[in-house]
Amino acid sequence: MQVTITINGEPVTRDVEPRTLLVHFVRDDAGLRGTHWGCDTSNCGACTLWVDGSPVKSCTMLAAQADGHEVTTVEGLEQGGELDPVQKGFIECHGLQCGFCTPGMMMTGRWLLDNNPHPSDGEIREAISGQICRCTGYKNIVKAIQWAADNPATNEVNA
Amino acid sequence: MTAVDDAPLSAAGNPIGFGSMKRVEDQRFVRGQGNYVDDVNLPGMLHSAILRSPYAHARITSIDTSAAEALPGVRAVITGKTLEGIARPSLLGDNFAWMPTLSYDTQAVLATDKVRFQGQEVAYVIADSRYIAKDALELIVVDYDPLEPVMDAKRALDPDAPIIRDDKGFTDNRVVDVHGQTSWESGNAESTAAAFARAEADPDCVVVTQEILYPRVHPAPMETCGSVAYLDKVTGQLTLYTTSQAPHAHRTVYAMVAGLPEQKIRVISPDIGGGFGNKVPVYPGYVLSIIGTIVTGKPVKWMEDRSENLMSTGFARDYHMTAKVAATKEGKILAVDVDVLADHGAFNGVAQPTNFPAGFFNIFSGSYDYPDAHCKVDPVYTNKAPGGVAYACSFRITEAAYVIERLVDCLAQELQMDPAELRLKNLLRPEQFPYMSPTGWEYDSGEYEKTMRVAMEIAGYDELRREQAEKRARGEYMGIGISFFTEGVGAGPRRTMDILGLGMADGIELRIHPTGKGVLRLSVQSQGQGHETTFAQIVSHELGIPPEDIEVVHGDTDQTPFGLGTYGSRSTPVSGAAASVVARKIRDKARLIAAAALECSPDDLEWELGRWYVKGDKERGKTIQEIALLSHGSLELPEGVEGHLDATAVYNPPNLTYPYGCYICVVDVDPGTGQVKIRRFIAVDDCGTRINPMIVEGQVHGGLADGVGMALMELIAFDTDGNNLGGSFMDYLLPTAIECPDWELGETVTPSPHHPIGAKGVGESATVGSPAAVVNAVIDAISPFGVRHADMPLTPANVWRAIQGRNVRTDMAVE
Amino acid sequence: MQTPAPVDYVRATSVENAISLLEQHGEDARLLAGGHSLLPMMKLRLARPEILVDLQGLSELRGIKVDGGDLVIGAMTTHAEILDSPILSEHYAIFREAEKVIADPVVRNKGTMGGSMCQADPSEDLSAVGAALKGTVVIQGSGGKRTVEIRNFHEGPYETKVKDGEILTEVRFPIRPGAGSAYEKVERRVGDWPVCSAGAYVVVSGGTVTDCGIGLTAVGASHFCAPDAEAYLIGKPPTEANLAEAARLAAESCDPTSDQRGPADYKKHLAQELTLRALRRAAAASQGA
Repeated sequence: MQVTITINGEPVTRDVEPRTLLVHFVRDDAGLRGTHWGCDTSNCGACTLWVDGSPVKSCTMLAAQADGHEVTTVEGLEQGGELDPVQKGFIECHGLQCGFCTPGMMMTGRWLLDNNPHPSDGEIREAISGQICRCTGYKNIVKAIQWAADNPATNEVNA
Repeated sequence: MTAVDDAPLSAAGNPIGFGSMKRVEDQRFVRGQGNYVDDVNLPGMLHSAILRSPYAHARITSIDTSAAEALPGVRAVITGKTLEGIARPSLLGDNFAWMPTLSYDTQAVLATDKVRFQGQEVAYVIADSRYIAKDALELIVVDYDPLEPVMDAKRALDPDAPIIRDDKGFTDNRVVDVHGQTSWESGNAESTAAAFARAEADPDCVVVTQEILYPRVHPAPMETCGSVAYLDKVTGQLTLYTTSQAPHAHRTVYAMVAGLPEQKIRVISPDIGGGFGNKVPVYPGYVLSIIGTIVTGKPVKWMEDRSENLMSTGFARDYHMTAKVAATKEGKILAVDVDVLADHGAFNGVAQPTNFPAGFFNIFSGSYDYPDAHCKVDPVYTNKAPGGVAYACSFRITEAAYVIERLVDCLAQELQMDPAELRLKNLLRPEQFPYMSPTGWEYDSGEYEKTMRVAMEIAGYDELRREQAEKRARGEYMGIGISFFTEGVGAGPRRTMDILGLGMADGIELRIHPTGKGVLRLSVQSQGQGHETTFAQIVSHELGIPPEDIEVVHGDTDQTPFGLGTYGSRSTPVSGAAASVVARKIRDKARLIAAAALECSPDDLEWELGRWYVKGDKERGKTIQEIALLSHGSLELPEGVEGHLDATAVYNPPNLTYPYGCYICVVDVDPGTGQVKIRRFIAVDDCGTRINPMIVEGQVHGGLADGVGMALMELIAFDTDGNNLGGSFMDYLLPTAIECPDWELGETVTPSPHHPIGAKGVGESATVGSPAAVVNAVIDAISPFGVRHADMPLTPANVWRAIQGRNVRTDMAVE
Repeated sequence: MQTPAPVDYVRATSVENAISLLEQHGEDARLLAGGHSLLPMMKLRLARPEILVDLQGLSELRGIKVDGGDLVIGAMTTHAEILDSPILSEHYAIFREAEKVIADPVVRNKGTMGGSMCQADPSEDLSAVGAALKGTVVIQGSGGKRTVEIRNFHEGPYETKVKDGEILTEVRFPIRPGAGSAYEKVERRVGDWPVCSAGAYVVVSGGTVTDCGIGLTAVGASHFCAPDAEAYLIGKPPTEANLAEAARLAAESCDPTSDQRGPADYKKHLAQELTLRALRRAAAASQGA
């Protein structure tokens, strides 16, 4: 079946089997490999991206379900050549090591801040509690998202 | 910490030398531009999938692949029979059905005779897409004749237990090592037995015995294992992109397995999504992807599922330990003896130095001063997945640190002594270093009491004990757990340490280009440790070149010198030392060139960071950048000095380095439900010199989370039918941000005297040291119920049962 | 990663259209709501429908409202929407307390009320909530709508009263002025299925319990409820002893099985302990504490 998904603002149209998982559409059909996968059972959250502005686990959604919808991936975080504050925060606070869970963590972090610009540490931990990181012990991920909360983007870049 | 505090900043704002520099590699990772194995897509690439055994122990009577082969899009279906038909010009066997393990055992690539664990590789499908490959697996019909599985190490040695390794002609289930031994001992059996006999007879002494299980767990890196193989039939070049922590060692193994000329094999380990030991062994899947490209002539990708990762790749631990300690009633430890039944699974696939078949478990005597220690390890085959040394274990020091730290707490409870006080009474003293342990390890340096006092200070230990007493009076159950661990990391020396005969020394190569910027080529392989940053910092520290001017190349055997890889916390102790040594070679050569340029004797020159200058005349000198240009220019060089500013080195460590630390965990236990909440966790590590304190702390954070996971939830259990009960992330539970507290870190710095920059490895310290702190805290909390020990994982159910006085085997199905 | 077997996909344009698609394809068709129960089963190839009928476009199945004396949650309403609903929180704390411990925040953005109810996992938290509150589900087929009490909805593990060709369209809960409610869950780790959960509402009037409901999940409670315990409590003052006896009766009616989440005796103990904790808090809330 033909599926059109707007990914990071660009419509991507492909002929795919209806069973194609969204994560495979994004990685293999659209060629955006920043979204990873790490389990079979919707538990790890490495594949987290946004559909219509909310984080979802793209291993548990068919590309067909996303037909006609907007998807945002880690590749869409950078705006006008400027890293998103969450991306900067992960660098500043050593919020990543192997980098595998990082895109999903950042997508959830950005979404949290969009809805709650000054979360507590506990709210951040709750928000990322469906996503596993094996490297950082989470402390620096929490710090990274707090850093982004404290250093929001100025809008000049996108003006 | 002077080096860190004093490091001047480069133009880019980075410390020239040591300090908390932001990581170079983050720039690509935060943009989603990492390049992991599943991101590798070659033109014409095919996909593949492995059919795995549903049985733990069964004879294969037939395999019918015809329906799978007929499925459109399927290119080939391979079975053990196919592999038996492919001749292999190799010393290790005459066909591809079996391959060597890293412990001189053999492991089936695809089962031919019988399957020996649930999840074992049975057939291999190569197809146009990963979806079609999976579809084809469903069409393969395998007839099995089920056999009794051996799912309990204690059953393995029963005289009537089924023989698992009949392929080797064995008549029992004992693992035989390369020296023909079936039991591994260390320490002094006689003096230890005598010490226990004296203690038993002495009314002023106690002997405490405890059975302690370190159950089977799994490293479970976020990225599963996989590979993309391509054999160019014209050039004969095999390129293998693979999830490998040891690309050079893997290249040699493939040369031996496949009989391919080693110079035609290129192993590329691109970005690795976490390793923790899981990506040290060579797995059948990697070999099958190579066979896949040989058979089809096209690149073939194999990426395992999470369930395949959990069920078939290198597990960790599975040590059934009986430990006993003798001590005076004043709390002076006299002797420790540990007896281990070691479950190695169906193939002896442990990845550790050949002469250390139980890894470094015999460092179990720990951080304490006592003369007599002994251990005996009996390894057995069971119908479980192979592996055993993995999950940030520093070659089984996880088990060693856990058993001694648990045992010390059991002793404290017996003596009704504060566990901190008991440890302080027995810790090794600074003047005892270098210290020869009763099992033969030479600890390099340590100021243990200082480190412990720092941890107690951060924790507010006395105040916590007061709070605990108040709470107990109110019927609230709070616990405080301490762990003091010592590791030995950074294998070799090569004289005593090798893997498959490959000595554990690391090569390195540094080239300084004419403009004074350089390329450093490493044999070790980052899985997230930040080598591209820290190794540049080491060179920067030695040469004064800004770290941003040093490019670090790793993970490609064609681009880097030989070395044994990254595991056992060995990158900093071995390759980090190599980086320092190779940079010092450059510095020494630069001195000769500077002397020629300055027309003086090299002896007249003095070094300051980044510059040789004439003693007494600081203005006259040459920077390392100027010297780099001179070395490539027309300057007349002294006799015996070649042009250019390049150097190579092979670092053979004289000894391990011995990082240590003190961890304190504070928990609250709800006795009504058995739930454990970790309230605080204090970690004070001493890993010698810290190259990049930010990265060191990050390494510690991650390891502490591992400890929380193993102590509270992670488990690969089996039922008696052989089913793996931890085969997905629904069942193999990993800690989330909710279970992990806000780690509180401290540090002491006691440099290693034999490492060029005084650094010790730290990558596994927290994984080694933290489980005991968590368990000790939980047991401390519920000790008013008369509990002295309960095995991991301390799930709510297991804590509740311990409170009820009903400890159970946590590694079997819950009944 | 594991992948589903081949399947066809169609988006329903209306409830009627969905029903006619279901009738056309019979048992080979499955409804797709949030997909967070069905797709994992399909990836494991434990479920292999031939066609998926996606309900995502049916806005009439989505939303939370008050209709007469009932709270109404549309089948396509997500866990996240239930968690954040001020209307639900105003009447029953149990919704927020339960939803906070169902799966994880990202999964809650996709998983739905109807999907959870129809998956009918024996450890489903929303089944305990629904049974505690004595809610009803509305099921629509080509013959029209019918209403089934949640306490009569489950036919067994993973089996419900929803037949081929039918859709669960909404779930209704009676509003009970003065009711307090609470939810208690023990899980091995955040995001895991419960070892045991218990939920309750209690109405205390004039010092006695005039109405109450107890729901339990993952512990083999028949229809996720404990009617004997409820009957015991009604007409009695909510003293600790009375609540404890009700909790004991609730646990007695459970028949848990041992699994890796815990042994049966532990689960039975939890059924009692968590029921007691939920009753305590619900009774206190009803009394304005």
